[in-house]
Amino acid sequence: MNPIFPVLLIPLLGVPLLLLIGHSRRAAQVNVLLNVAGFGASLWLALEVHDRGLVMSPGRQLFVDAFNVYLIVLTTFVGMTTAIFSAPYMEHERQRGRVNQRRLQLYHASYQGFMLAMLLTLSTNNMGVMWVAMEGATLATVLLVSLYRTPESIEAAWKYFILCGVGIAQALFGTVLLYFAASGSDVPAEDRLLWTVLHAHSPSFDPVVMMLAFVFLLVGYGTKVGLVPLHNWLPDAHSEGPTPMSAVLSGLLLNDALYAVVRSKMLVDGALDSGLPGHLMMGFGLLSFLVAVLFLHRQHDIKRLFSYSSIEHMGLMTFAFGIGGPLATFGALLHMTVHSLTKSAIFVTVGHAAQLAGTQKIDHIRGLIRTQPAIGWGLLLGTVAIAGFPPFGVFTSEFLLLSATMKSWPWLVVPLLAGIAIAFAGLFRYIQPMVYGAAPEGQQPIRANMTAVYLHLLLVLWLGLAIPGPLARWFGEATTLIAGSSPL
Amino acid sequence: MAINELSLDQQGIILLAALVLFSSFSMLAQPRLLSLVNTFALQGLLLSATTVLVALVSGHHHLYLSALLTLLLKALLIPWMLRRLVNRLGLHGEIEPLERPNLVLLGAAALVVFCYYVSLPIVQLSTMLTRNTIAISMSVVLLGMLMMIARRQVVAHVVGFMSIENGLFFAAVVSTYGMPMVVELGIAFDVLVAAVLFGVFFFHIRESIDSLDVDRLNRLSEVER
Amino acid sequence: MKFWLLALLQTLLFITGAPLLAGWVRWFKARLANRRGPSPLQPYRDLAKLMRKQTVVAEGASWVFRGAPYIVFGSTLLVAVVVPLIAVHLPTAAIADVIVLVGFFALGRFFTALAALDIGTAFGGMGSSREMTVASLAEPAMLMAVFTLAVSAGTTNLSQAIDFTLHSGLVLRPSFLFAGAALLLVAIAETGRLPVDNPATHLELTMIHEAMVLEYSGHHLALIEWAAQIKLMAYAVLLANIFLPFGIAEDLSRTALAVGALSIAAKLAGLGLLLALLETVVAKMRLFQAPRFLGFAYLLGLLGMLSHIILEAG
Repeated sequence: MNPIFPVLLIPLLGVPLLLLIGHSRRAAQVNVLLNVAGFGASLWLALEVHDRGLVMSPGRQLFVDAFNVYLIVLTTFVGMTTAIFSAPYMEHERQRGRVNQRRLQLYHASYQGFMLAMLLTLSTNNMGVMWVAMEGATLATVLLVSLYRTPESIEAAWKYFILCGVGIAQALFGTVLLYFAASGSDVPAEDRLLWTVLHAHSPSFDPVVMMLAFVFLLVGYGTKVGLVPLHNWLPDAHSEGPTPMSAVLSGLLLNDALYAVVRSKMLVDGALDSGLPGHLMMGFGLLSFLVAVLFLHRQHDIKRLFSYSSIEHMGLMTFAFGIGGPLATFGALLHMTVHSLTKSAIFVTVGHAAQLAGTQKIDHIRGLIRTQPAIGWGLLLGTVAIAGFPPFGVFTSEFLLLSATMKSWPWLVVPLLAGIAIAFAGLFRYIQPMVYGAAPEGQQPIRANMTAVYLHLLLVLWLGLAIPGPLARWFGEATTLIAGSSPL
Repeated sequence: MAINELSLDQQGIILLAALVLFSSFSMLAQPRLLSLVNTFALQGLLLSATTVLVALVSGHHHLYLSALLTLLLKALLIPWMLRRLVNRLGLHGEIEPLERPNLVLLGAAALVVFCYYVSLPIVQLSTMLTRNTIAISMSVVLLGMLMMIARRQVVAHVVGFMSIENGLFFAAVVSTYGMPMVVELGIAFDVLVAAVLFGVFFFHIRESIDSLDVDRLNRLSEVER
Repeated sequence: MKFWLLALLQTLLFITGAPLLAGWVRWFKARLANRRGPSPLQPYRDLAKLMRKQTVVAEGASWVFRGAPYIVFGSTLLVAVVVPLIAVHLPTAAIADVIVLVGFFALGRFFTALAALDIGTAFGGMGSSREMTVASLAEPAMLMAVFTLAVSAGTTNLSQAIDFTLHSGLVLRPSFLFAGAALLLVAIAETGRLPVDNPATHLELTMIHEAMVLEYSGHHLALIEWAAQIKLMAYAVLLANIFLPFGIAEDLSRTALAVGALSIAAKLAGLGLLLALLETVVAKMRLFQAPRFLGFAYLLGLLGMLSHIILEAG
């Protein structure tokens, strides 16, 4: 059997299974098991890719190369750890009366649906299917954002639905234009949306149409990346949905949307001599980065705070992919990994902290380290990691990004450094009292499962100290694919 | 290609395309929700008819299937669902006039001109008989977006959203004789699921804010209230 | 010489036929409302009666009030001269420009409004202000529709435009569809028909045209009424001959002329039916809705122009 199939089949079977048994108490365990199995399947796939370099399904509809294999592993890994976290967390929410069994059924089925959509986005070779899967990810998560049925959560879900729906419609237009550009060349009709074929033939495509297609694709998928000015849905959806959802949205969905943008850029770069696509990405990235950094200082909700931090980091990655070049691309790939791990760990911690304090309001969360040191330290270490302190991996990747910028756009280092400093100030200004402040009377520790958090942070630490050999090789190969040469 | 050089069925495509554009304009200004849904159904019908004509002219047989899919989904099923929702929510008499209709309509006309300008390089490259309608399809997309900006009613937003999908489908038909069947089926599936979810949301929104005016969805912001 | 004679004949036919069209519409409307209605020839009798009656002029009326009926009738007569009725390529075609046509209509309207203001009654002023409101919105819409035609046909000359449609055969032009619809709406507004104005009532809250001519009597009134009928006919002929010119005489042979006369009569009868039907079905709208109505007409004209540029050009 082709090693890609099990990765997709497990969530595909998981959706109907959890729809059937989702109301039972076992559903959360089943969900965990499915995700563990998915992670196992992705490891097998990774081994195959490691041996063969490239895995393609018969019919060429699915393919996995060095670029997407590590994202697939990352997706299943974060999916797994979040599922492990979500089981007791959602049980706690049920006991508090915020959700009932029927909504948990929906929650679990949607979780698998989301995983399916994400993995399909990553593994498909067909740009059209990629769009369908991306839209499917929105559809799968939109009811999860409004899971608590509060007016705020419904508003957030509606914004998410409408903005992402409209945004991603632009990407479909871009896809149509890609198809159109390919129809002008000698590519056979049925292959005109296959990424591998398009990539091989892209130098013969018309540059103007390709540029137009890229603008639409960037706007479309960029909406899902959370690029300013189409970012409004992101903080709302992250803050109002259940915390496991925020963790996977921030850790996975944004990455996958960026993956789609980068795949599109690779196609367009082949057809264009100018660096226009890169410049566009740099512009949008830098804008998102700076706007998000400033917004960090105006937050009252802890989940909104970290969702703006997500926008900041997605902006940074978009900027780095825009610069192109081996060093920046390598840095961006690494940053995708470490950001995803760190941010999902932070959201898990934040979920526990909010349960502990009984609110998401920053002003009311105090003295975490006194009431429950595990959560307090988790939040502190997570924030330290995401703010880019050595020796965590975020520092390494940001350092790589900055040195790449220094080489090709020296002046832009100034706003980047300033932004990182402002973001640091913004985060610690709020985190410090939450962690160290005096605990309110009667604040009781809760049952928290912090294994996933520390596992993630440990991995980020490891990536900051040394990148393991196979991963480095993949990053190197992916960089070669995207930027033409490898920094290694 | 000038219109008098085309055959009669090719001219039919052009005429239908113009009518699709017209339906977009009338949706923009249609204050009655039920008429709005009916206009949307009409647009679906026109699209389907256009697709049949394109299939006839170009000889691409899979387009017949797309036309059928569009007819079922956009002209029958989704309008039926919306109509049922409007009736069940007690909105059949609802009138939602557009603020500054003339300004919005002139803006819409400006958008059409913009689309024409943007699509010029594509049109020049294309050798297809339907190439002149690419700008129209793009306009339908942008007019759908304008509708979502200009109107407040949730149902109107959904119709705008669906009409964006119409425009995208139209673009695929006239610029590349449709997308591969896998993709088209996937898109149809997404649209269907979206329509169902929208229906669910109508009830949620009404339950939570006791109205279907999206301007009242304004609780989330950076400013503490 | 023969051509000039024919042009003269055509004009005579135009102005004598106009009351018949108005009577026909009125008769058919009555039939639709299940009434017997006056005979279609009634407008002739009315005009004859008014001509014989004494003409009373309001106290303090200036030359504008006295002269206006002649100017209005004169400008409308010129319209009748230039609009091709049964034949194209007549010598009058040289001045048969649509923009000139719009100008003639504007001249007549201007003097009607001025005369209504001249005598200083409340209704007159109200009617003028309403008429000018409608006109200022209708004129751009009409010009937009006309320009769409002009761009397609490559000329603003009526005769040549008709020639163009006639010789390009059956082409499904979306621009013509939109421009035709726009022109139809403008015609309804300009000739004071439902739903913009109701020609049958003197209800002070709603009337527009009737309010302006309230003070006229005798042969002055006859001229104004006649001019209004010619205007209605002129719009009908424009619509019929530009969009469906088939049958119009291109040479001066007897058969061609006979066919031309018959075909235009049939088209006008058809348009009259359509108008009567429309007036029976729709209700008069509030005056404040008139801008929306005309805005819609303008939009149609604009769409016609856009679809010509986008869809029809090479």
